[in-house]
Amino acid sequence: MSALHGLAARLLGDFGATLVLGAGFILLYLTFNVLFLIWLERKVSAHAQRRLGPMEVGPHGALQTVADMLKLLSKQLVTPLATDTFTFLFAPILIFIPTVCLASLVPLGGASAFAEMPNGLAVVVVLSGITVIAIFMAGWSSNNKYAVLGGMRSVAQVVAYEIPVLLSALAVVLIAQTLDLHAIVAGQRVPYVVVEPVAALIFFIGITAETNRAPFDIPEAESELVGGFHTEYAGMRFALFFFAEYTNMLVLGAVGATLFLGGWRGPGAEAHPWLGPVYLLLKAYAVVFLMMWARWTFPRLRFDQLMNFAWKLLIPVALVNLVVTAAVLIAVQAP
Amino acid sequence: MTSPHSTDTLDTYTLNMGPQHPSTHGVLRMKLTLRGEEIVAAEPVIGYSHRAHEKMAENRTYAQFLPNTSRQDYLSGMIYNFAWVEAVERMAGVTAPERALVARVILAEFNRIASHLLWVGAFLLDLGAATPFLYAWDDREAILFLLESVTGSRLTYCTGRFGGLSRDLDPGFPDRAREVLAKLKGRRDEYVRLIEDNVIFTNRTRGVGVLSRDLCRSYGVTGPTLRGSGVAYDVRKAEPYGAYPRFDFEVPTREEGDVFARYMVRVLEMQQSVRIIEQALEQLPGGPVLLPDSIGVKKRLKLPVGTQYYAVESARGHYGILLVSEGGTEPYRAKFRTPSYPNLAVLTEVMPGNMVADAVAILGSVDLVMPEVDR
Repeated sequence: MSALHGLAARLLGDFGATLVLGAGFILLYLTFNVLFLIWLERKVSAHAQRRLGPMEVGPHGALQTVADMLKLLSKQLVTPLATDTFTFLFAPILIFIPTVCLASLVPLGGASAFAEMPNGLAVVVVLSGITVIAIFMAGWSSNNKYAVLGGMRSVAQVVAYEIPVLLSALAVVLIAQTLDLHAIVAGQRVPYVVVEPVAALIFFIGITAETNRAPFDIPEAESELVGGFHTEYAGMRFALFFFAEYTNMLVLGAVGATLFLGGWRGPGAEAHPWLGPVYLLLKAYAVVFLMMWARWTFPRLRFDQLMNFAWKLLIPVALVNLVVTAAVLIAVQAP
Repeated sequence: MTSPHSTDTLDTYTLNMGPQHPSTHGVLRMKLTLRGEEIVAAEPVIGYSHRAHEKMAENRTYAQFLPNTSRQDYLSGMIYNFAWVEAVERMAGVTAPERALVARVILAEFNRIASHLLWVGAFLLDLGAATPFLYAWDDREAILFLLESVTGSRLTYCTGRFGGLSRDLDPGFPDRAREVLAKLKGRRDEYVRLIEDNVIFTNRTRGVGVLSRDLCRSYGVTGPTLRGSGVAYDVRKAEPYGAYPRFDFEVPTREEGDVFARYMVRVLEMQQSVRIIEQALEQLPGGPVLLPDSIGVKKRLKLPVGTQYYAVESARGHYGILLVSEGGTEPYRAKFRTPSYPNLAVLTEVMPGNMVADAVAILGSVDLVMPEVDR
């Protein structure tokens, strides 16, 4: 990697090299990740339901998503009449950008993330809030009542769940005394999930809601809103929403792993730097697997129940957790 | 277009749910007037699968109409098929042999369980849980295999004949049936853990879409929907027909009248059906399954002049057949009283004030089969 970087740096300068290589590498990996996650989702759902899932294309259906993507690529891109064209076309792209930016912030190993940020966690929180704008744009511009309902639900939901996510992340910040993701990982001799189990649980519930996954998938509740905000999207544009959902799952899972599961740390990761990304991905995929498991087990919440759950339960609990954390820290550091 | 239910004002809008919508179960169109996500008025629009079954009955001989019966309610086709057969038998003044009567009960009750299982799956899918759907269909599949081995078809059965059944139960049938029953019983705990013990499920269903006893009565609601509101009305007990009086079973009811009550009633009903089938398998007599001088084989069966109403308990409620004969080979008039029609009509009363998500739950909870509403 560093040799490649040196070569590119001679051509593009140091900044340009990092940008091009980083973006290229992240996009490449995220594409692979989506193909893998969709396959994994189908397999997890199948085995939860005593089926086999895709078995035909490739060994155990591993190439099924590739075939599906090719099909989606070849489909006609339908733009319904009376849509707000620019917004309609831009939404699927915008939904993708913040996730990719997020991916570049997660520390992959002892010293490397693609983008270094002293206040990384703050940027993570801000970026993860942008996705909802894209979802609302998609819903609003589609000129479809189901899509508008889906978009409105999505905004309300993400606004509500952003707060507990933020509060639970703040508990970690209190302990780590920093917003720097590197330092947070470095501080975790013991993963913070042991110290902050409540915050970890709230964070997990929060990111499940933020990625619009069941049981919080009300913006696209197919039995109520047909397809929700992406009802009117076809072909590759629809696939981009799909891409974004699965990318978001992995990236937020990786953020969760960084905050609570010790990030890239693991046995031997200090001595062998290449193990860092492996550990991080393993942990992130474990979180993603949990999200899939939940999806194929629970029914969907109703909209008002979902809001009550966030405002009346998660936020107070997260606040109490934050205060208790602060109190304990003061008590420990007092003498 | 203005309709009597229209409450359009500036702060409301109309949302057409259906006729092509994932959770209207067929071709129902719900015209919802919404304020935000809250339902102000709901108007069911029906008729998308109207096939004029009643008119068709007037243009066919009694035997020719047999295949139509199971296509009115394709989920409990066996029960509808036997209802037509028994209605004609009663009018003709013949009784099927003992073995056929008991076999009809066995097949009909299996069909009832299959219908309820499908409902459990589809209802949970409406609530956003995909896994119970496949569990329920897996169990239903076992029943379909069993029924296919007797009747030759999986869904639209036509095994009833005037004076008996088209085929006898084969000698291995009771054992295979008991195997299926054992499988169903074994799954009960799993369903409880997956569905009833789930907080999200109970929150979505308890206290939602409450139908009061009086409301049900005034609309003529029947079946599990009525029994979920605390009225123990079941045609099998109220006006026993066929071999039902010989079997010992209960009519489960719940007092709450909400979506959860309707779910529980169906689950308890499946257990009662299992009980009935077990008794019937014990008592299954030998002998022929079709009257030797069967009127069924006569192509030009003529019924005596008269009018007669015959009712059975289908998986959805009170299914009645009014037959008017003028002595010809075809009925002068056949009127079908299908249970889903009033069950759907009552929904206009309970929908307002609920959320869109509840509309889906309530709609799912009454177990509509649209071809049966439209006929």
